[in-house]
Amino acid sequence: MSGAEKIQVKVTEITPLNELVTRFRFERVDGGQLPTFSGGAHTVVEMQDGGITRLNPYSLMSDPFEQSSYTISVRRDDQGRGGSLFMHRQVKLGDEMTISYPVNLFSLDLRARKHLFLAGGIGITPFLAQIKQLDVLHGQWELHYACRNQALASYADELAERHPHETHIYYDDQKQAIDLKGLLNGQPLGTHVYVCGPKGMIDWVCNTAQAQGWPADCIHYEEFLAPQPGKPFEVHLKASGKTVYVGEHESLLEAIEREGVDAPYLCRGGACGQCETVVLDHEGNFVHRDHWLTDEEKAAGKKIMPCVSRFEGKSLVLDR
Amino acid sequence: MSKFEFPKSIASRPVWGTLEFRSGEHHLMIAEAEGAEAVLDIATPDLMAKTHIIYIPRGTDYADKLRALTPAQFYEGPSYGAALPRIRRVLEDAHMGLQVYLTGTEGMMGQAMNEAMAVGLPHTAIQTEHRGSTARRMQCVHCKGITEDVEVDPFVCSHCGLNLFVRDHYSRRHAAYQGVRVDAEDHGNVPEPKGIYE
Repeated sequence: MSGAEKIQVKVTEITPLNELVTRFRFERVDGGQLPTFSGGAHTVVEMQDGGITRLNPYSLMSDPFEQSSYTISVRRDDQGRGGSLFMHRQVKLGDEMTISYPVNLFSLDLRARKHLFLAGGIGITPFLAQIKQLDVLHGQWELHYACRNQALASYADELAERHPHETHIYYDDQKQAIDLKGLLNGQPLGTHVYVCGPKGMIDWVCNTAQAQGWPADCIHYEEFLAPQPGKPFEVHLKASGKTVYVGEHESLLEAIEREGVDAPYLCRGGACGQCETVVLDHEGNFVHRDHWLTDEEKAAGKKIMPCVSRFEGKSLVLDR
Repeated sequence: MSKFEFPKSIASRPVWGTLEFRSGEHHLMIAEAEGAEAVLDIATPDLMAKTHIIYIPRGTDYADKLRALTPAQFYEGPSYGAALPRIRRVLEDAHMGLQVYLTGTEGMMGQAMNEAMAVGLPHTAIQTEHRGSTARRMQCVHCKGITEDVEVDPFVCSHCGLNLFVRDHYSRRHAAYQGVRVDAEDHGNVPEPKGIYE
């Protein structure tokens, strides 16, 4: 079976934080301890939603050294594919669920002399675990957290109270904005910047830092892409000898799995590279949406990341 | 000509680059001897307006040419050791956006790179260009002493006196190549020293 190893958990706490965000606590069904993790790690939550198995990654926000439970915070996305709606509407206290071992694609670079965190909205969650990790390590950090308004500012009060000198909150509705250029300019040599939030914010931070001479190795971001719907298409899986129809609202990876073909994956969000698949033949155009392949690889058409990318055209043959 | 094409070698051997302008708020250029030529090659008035040049002549005389570039700051020091307190102070006070350029011997570049890494700059972000002497900074794997400016192979360790074979095995932490006793099995059987690249 692909993906990280699985853990059977039960839901032991459901805490609505505000209109959009709810927190879930998981404990092991067998009462044992959960693995420790490192700040920035996520878990893939399996949801049995009618006939569909949904696998969505969520950042672990609890203390990485706390082994009795994990917590995640889920923002409801009414326009999404249904994973967050399932969590908000279907999951009840005491439910048993399957989650994956923690996987970290957004870890702290511990060579850094200082960590500069930039969060937008629900992008705060990985930083909550990283901040707890740095508390133990006595690391130097600073958080700049942009929220729509006070009511939707998940964990802002708690952070401001516990870390008044490190935490800086910005409310869009009060026309407060991060002075990014000034902020980046003033950082001591050896600072690493981490950004998690909407795509526009990630691009803004990465591009500004790069233009100001920040080394690429000092810029870290995490953006889980959700697979986007697209035109249905057919794919032939040569190694398995199967032809699979990919529907409008499912991803290529999900369609492959539906047909019982075991395909590798980890993040399911175009970031980790685990599901990279070789294209044997194609006639048509790729819709590459991942963060993994380089622009050259995308143009070459020899590889595809089936978790988020699609295909439009006559025929596609994969080595799977 | 101050450039030298190093023969291809094992993965441990550092591969030096060619300096190029990279955008940044401040620029620190450390040039040793003929390394000054690499600085002259990429200097533009805009770049120099934000550049601090640290020049270690070691018998060369590029000071006037470098001064003529009118960098924001210019320092000339008699040796790397003499320049080190300044290098450390500059790095300690620097902000992100600083670009670091190192050019000269392998020994100087390796040591200065360690200083930049010590303040948290990833080694991938530090630019280098080899110029001038191909002499190596060698660490004796037996006594751990460092012998600077080794031009021949084998050579005598300046600390313990063993005859050492010059390896391409490099330590980033020590900024030195490793020297291993050449006559370990047959004491006294020491080959005639010749230039490292002969």
